[in-house]
Amino acid sequence: MTQLAKLRFPTPPSRPGESVDFSHLLISDVGQLPVPKLDLSAEDSAPYAHGLIRVLDDNGKASGPWADYLKATGSVKMLRNGLRDMLKMRAIDQRLHIAQRQGKTSFYMQCTGEEAIGCGFARMLKKGDMNFPTYRQQSLLVGADYPLELLIGQVYSNSMDPLKGRQLPIMHSSREYGYFSVSGNLGTQYVQAVGWAMAAALMKDDGIAAGWIGDGATASNDFHGALLTASVYRPPVVLNVVNNQWAISSCTGFAGGSRKTTYAERALGYGIPAIRVDGNDYLAVLAASKWAIERTRKGLGPVLIEWLTYRVAAHSSSDDPSSYRSKDEAAAWPLGDPVERLKEHLISIDAWSDERHVQAEAQVLDEVRVVQKEVETHGTFVDPQPMSPVDILRDVYAEMPEHLLRQRKELES
Amino acid sequence: MPSMTMIEAIRSAMDIMLERDKKTVIFGEDVGYFGGVFRCTAGLQEKYGQERVFDTPINESAIVGMAIGMAAHGMRPCVEMQFADYMFPAFDQISQEAARLRHRSNGDFTCPMVVRMPTGGGIFGGQTHSQSPEALFTHVAGLKVVQPSNPFDAKGLLISAMEDPDPVIFLEPKRLYNGPFGGDHSGKAIGWKHHPMGEAPAGYYKIPLGKANISRHGEDVTILAYGTMVHVAEAAVLASGIDAEIIDLRTLLPLDLKTIIASVVKTGRCVVLHEATRTSGFGAELIAEVQEACFYHLEAPVVRVTGWDAPYPHAQEWDYFPGPDRVQRALEQILEA
Repeated sequence: MTQLAKLRFPTPPSRPGESVDFSHLLISDVGQLPVPKLDLSAEDSAPYAHGLIRVLDDNGKASGPWADYLKATGSVKMLRNGLRDMLKMRAIDQRLHIAQRQGKTSFYMQCTGEEAIGCGFARMLKKGDMNFPTYRQQSLLVGADYPLELLIGQVYSNSMDPLKGRQLPIMHSSREYGYFSVSGNLGTQYVQAVGWAMAAALMKDDGIAAGWIGDGATASNDFHGALLTASVYRPPVVLNVVNNQWAISSCTGFAGGSRKTTYAERALGYGIPAIRVDGNDYLAVLAASKWAIERTRKGLGPVLIEWLTYRVAAHSSSDDPSSYRSKDEAAAWPLGDPVERLKEHLISIDAWSDERHVQAEAQVLDEVRVVQKEVETHGTFVDPQPMSPVDILRDVYAEMPEHLLRQRKELES
Repeated sequence: MPSMTMIEAIRSAMDIMLERDKKTVIFGEDVGYFGGVFRCTAGLQEKYGQERVFDTPINESAIVGMAIGMAAHGMRPCVEMQFADYMFPAFDQISQEAARLRHRSNGDFTCPMVVRMPTGGGIFGGQTHSQSPEALFTHVAGLKVVQPSNPFDAKGLLISAMEDPDPVIFLEPKRLYNGPFGGDHSGKAIGWKHHPMGEAPAGYYKIPLGKANISRHGEDVTILAYGTMVHVAEAAVLASGIDAEIIDLRTLLPLDLKTIIASVVKTGRCVVLHEATRTSGFGAELIAEVQEACFYHLEAPVVRVTGWDAPYPHAQEWDYFPGPDRVQRALEQILEA
């Protein structure tokens, strides 16, 4: 009898009530991958695209060539600040998620478990560089010291909102802090990052662009468009893939993530070198970011970084992951929690303590709470304060055309 | 004034802007070395170099996506979609990104960009080289939509578009590239040389966006048209002897409603023309505006002549194209009403 074709449908590491299986993940040991030369070619990057750059082992000990590379410029103070950034990020997420549950805002998205990536990457950028983030890269803003009142104001869509209530909460925008206006349509910003980087090269400034995309949205056409155009024109762009395993309820398998290949390896087919990095290891994030950003700024062409991580929280405040994955998944994630791992490391080198950690947690929570309270006095969805409806019609164009002037009259009548 | 084809006029506008503004960049499929499949960018790469005028991969979404990133960073990209029919992969970038960037970032990021594309039929292009998607663009807040009908306008409007602070969709009726076309497809080619609007200044000049042009003054009926259909209207008017006023809209968004209203109030009758499919076409918008503003001046229901609600056919192109006979019938019908 002829055997007929049978379709494969990807399965996640777990469904509710099942035991979790992450055994398919390719995880190298710490110290296996040396720090390559900045002009690493796509072909020579193959081991980096398949392996995993790690600095911290499972016991919080830093070792290997990437640890030495980081040590050359980094400092313990930098690591402590990084821990503080991540704690701050977590406090912001926690407070704003609760605020959403209290009805003070319509929507929120947490980045729990992914804090190290943006907090670390942003510390390696300089003014004039531009991120093209997705909706889950608020950690880039924290790592850039974006004023809290603006960040929280945006989420409350009140008079403190720099975007005047026009954008869904979390879809921040700040040219000054290197954070391009976030779009809810996935993938589009990836190729825009390539365009920004091309402009930087054409206008001969030394700025770079950083594109951001999730593993799920690597399925979009613009992922291909961005890799393709980046490989054709070789502009100064770092293309980041945050592989957090889930796209709402669809596991990474539906974006083609599989046992045998990595997202980083997709870049190799375009002739773009790629590295795969433990995104829950703050030291690895700093080291890999430093390497990639330096390379890019030196005009050595685009590079792709796959950040291996796990989306601990729900997709958004409108999502309930317990209906599609086991509650035990986050705890079973083999690369642990970025905050706990950095804390453990700092304690192991006598640069931190449990007491200081508790203190720092309380301190950042307080800092966030104070600003939050202040911003709330300008209005929340529970206690709204009127915003100018005419603002709806402003900035559609540089100058309001006739038809909008007529609509404005109608709106104001 | 030198005589120009529409291709030469469009090329001249880009040439002038490349010269005047170092931030101007031009790119698209076959646009660089070769100079475009319709030759609109011929010679520009040679003159300005690869960093100013270049070829791209066949990926319209990437072309517009790159342009958005460049525009947001301060450059002035003017990109080409090889055919308007090919813009659909880029529609996400155009409608959700370029059009909204200023609004959603509260002016922090803007998108001064032009997307040029040849539109309309008349060249036996079949259903993927003949479409007129203007209504898809006019339905998007934040875009400006332009469609010239002759070389003089094309050059002045394109320079305006390239200096505009907002994204502009610039639709070029491909049947008019080499000569005016009133719908007579028997093969007699009439070049722009013998048309008064085929002359344009060699240097810089602008025609403002949002201003229509009355291409023929008349008393009995107003015809609203743009692109190729302006010439079809002229042919129908000539054949019928009807004293119609033809308004060449030039810019569809923002629309020059003042000029339209003044004319319809005067004539009391209005015929709306477009090559695009009828249902939910731009004509519906025009008619809605006309009836709202001019209802008590209307002597007859507003009539529209459009392409049929079917995909643009290949072999039966001239049964599909709303030619002068159909326009003439509509004019006669509305005058009898």
